[in-house]
Amino acid sequence: MPKIDITERAKTIVNQLKEKHGDLIFHQSGGCCDGSAPMIFEKDDMYLDESDVLLGHIAKVPFYMNQDQYEYWKHTHLTIDITEGRGASFSLEIPLGVRFIVHSRLLKETD
Amino acid sequence: MSYSKPKFKESYGNFINGKFVEPIGGDYFENTSPIDQSFIAKYARSQKEDVEAALDAANAAKEAWGNTSATERASLLNKVADIIEENLEEFALVETCDNGKSIRETLNADVPLSVDHWRYFASCIRAEEGSATELDEHTLSMNIKEPLGVIGQIIPWNFPLLMLSWKLPPALATGNCVVLKPAEQTPCSATLLMEKIADVFPPGVVNIIHGFGPEAGKPLASSSRVDKVAFTGETTTGQLIMQYASKNLNPVTMELGGKSPNIFFNSVMEEDDAFLDKCIEGAVMFAFNQGEVCTCPSRILVQEEIYDKFMERVVERTEAIVQTNPYNPNCMIGAQASNDQYEKIQSYLKIGKEEGAKVLCGGEANKDGELANGFYIKPTILEGHNKMRVFQEEIFGPVVCVTKFKDEAEALEIANDTLYGLGAGVWTRDAHQLYQIPRAIKAGRVWVNCYHAYPAHAPFGGYKKSGFGRENHSMMLSHYRQTKNMLISYDKNKLGFF
Repeated sequence: MPKIDITERAKTIVNQLKEKHGDLIFHQSGGCCDGSAPMIFEKDDMYLDESDVLLGHIAKVPFYMNQDQYEYWKHTHLTIDITEGRGASFSLEIPLGVRFIVHSRLLKETD
Repeated sequence: MSYSKPKFKESYGNFINGKFVEPIGGDYFENTSPIDQSFIAKYARSQKEDVEAALDAANAAKEAWGNTSATERASLLNKVADIIEENLEEFALVETCDNGKSIRETLNADVPLSVDHWRYFASCIRAEEGSATELDEHTLSMNIKEPLGVIGQIIPWNFPLLMLSWKLPPALATGNCVVLKPAEQTPCSATLLMEKIADVFPPGVVNIIHGFGPEAGKPLASSSRVDKVAFTGETTTGQLIMQYASKNLNPVTMELGGKSPNIFFNSVMEEDDAFLDKCIEGAVMFAFNQGEVCTCPSRILVQEEIYDKFMERVVERTEAIVQTNPYNPNCMIGAQASNDQYEKIQSYLKIGKEEGAKVLCGGEANKDGELANGFYIKPTILEGHNKMRVFQEEIFGPVVCVTKFKDEAEALEIANDTLYGLGAGVWTRDAHQLYQIPRAIKAGRVWVNCYHAYPAHAPFGGYKKSGFGRENHSMMLSHYRQTKNMLISYDKNKLGFF
């Protein structure tokens, strides 16, 4: 079972962004202010390498997290949702007045 | 004394080339107050062409501004400080309205500290001098500092005026022109400042662009017409800005947050005195500014012998925190700055509980009475262990995680088991620990027997994934300058090579 999922309403936003921007990637941010939130970018905007772990695909978009951060997250299952709000990052959904948000739960044996 | 929401105009444009201008595309976004979600005003939703206009102005102004004397620049920085000080209450009210923090904090911390940072850099630039070394009897090496040119600055929403006042003065003091983008959540105080100081600097020296990150922030950070980018925010955007800078071979400075440990050794409870009282307050500092501080002391580490007694006092003090309308001078903790922060904090409370953390107090949103329409979280203490996600990720809310340690070695192991290294606190009556523990913590700022003090002239910046660069200190000047070395020969004779 994948360790990552997405809600229907978040999927709608991802599809809307795909229409405007083409291929996309998610990257989980850390740190202050708007950190600890998933960011979505055009596919080639962010340089990824072996230090980024691919957690899976949601709405056909790959979701990455830095290896260091993943070490602290790997026992949890993530569901990407959307909420009203603003963020000061470069994530593409921000002009729509919404922000992606992570809901987490512990991984179960059935996952 | 009671305060209420300040008055605003219907809409505000960008400040470019010394005056307010409408965004070229004519679009605005609505800014609301996190206190009650009421409408504040509309601000420019800038696009690339607005950023280009600001960069045109800054690039046109840089030659003349870069050649002004330090005397002149210092005098203008001092003028800005005076203007903020004369309007302290107005700035404090606007900041409280826009960010949601208590008026007590904006009146006594955000705005007075901002004033001091302007004055500090005005004095630094007057006091410094270049250097010259006589390398041998005929050769002089002379170092002259020159401005970089045009600086792009992107600042966060947790201390809007103060973060602007950390970044703008050193860049201007060193003779650079600036294009600054405030966070879209908090555009008000930067705009108010431009209204007040519109005529202080020559046109184009200071430019403020409002708007969203992907539309206005990215074109600024990636432009080949800026000579350096300074950023405070989170790690993913930090990486992106560094990527863009690598294309332009530009320098950057980054402040990217932390997960700061606050360590309490047995000796703090040797006496029940004023110092212990200070230590209890030091532990409760996690709630300062609703926890929306890069250096929030969000991990409390307590030595096991005093753990129960100490935490009993900390919980008691935390439960005494007054959470009410931020305009009320008795308010100690206000609203989170935005809905997405509010939601994010609650999702962390949920996973913390699921991971087995015990809630010692708080643990939920506060919807009491007049707080019902705003984004309020009760100050929360979670007890658990350092591998839990709530111990490792920056929640950016009034949530602290507490755990115990046996000895110094274990305290250091836990303290340094984090991706970040921005702040840390060490509390002890032991003279050896006072020095040795801070030296062993991998963080840029270790507060010893105090916390959350940010005076000018104490350098501030990160280790590890918290970034690099040192703000609040004269050493920041070098992050905004080139060194021109003139190597002068006073020898009349040729080398004899050719």
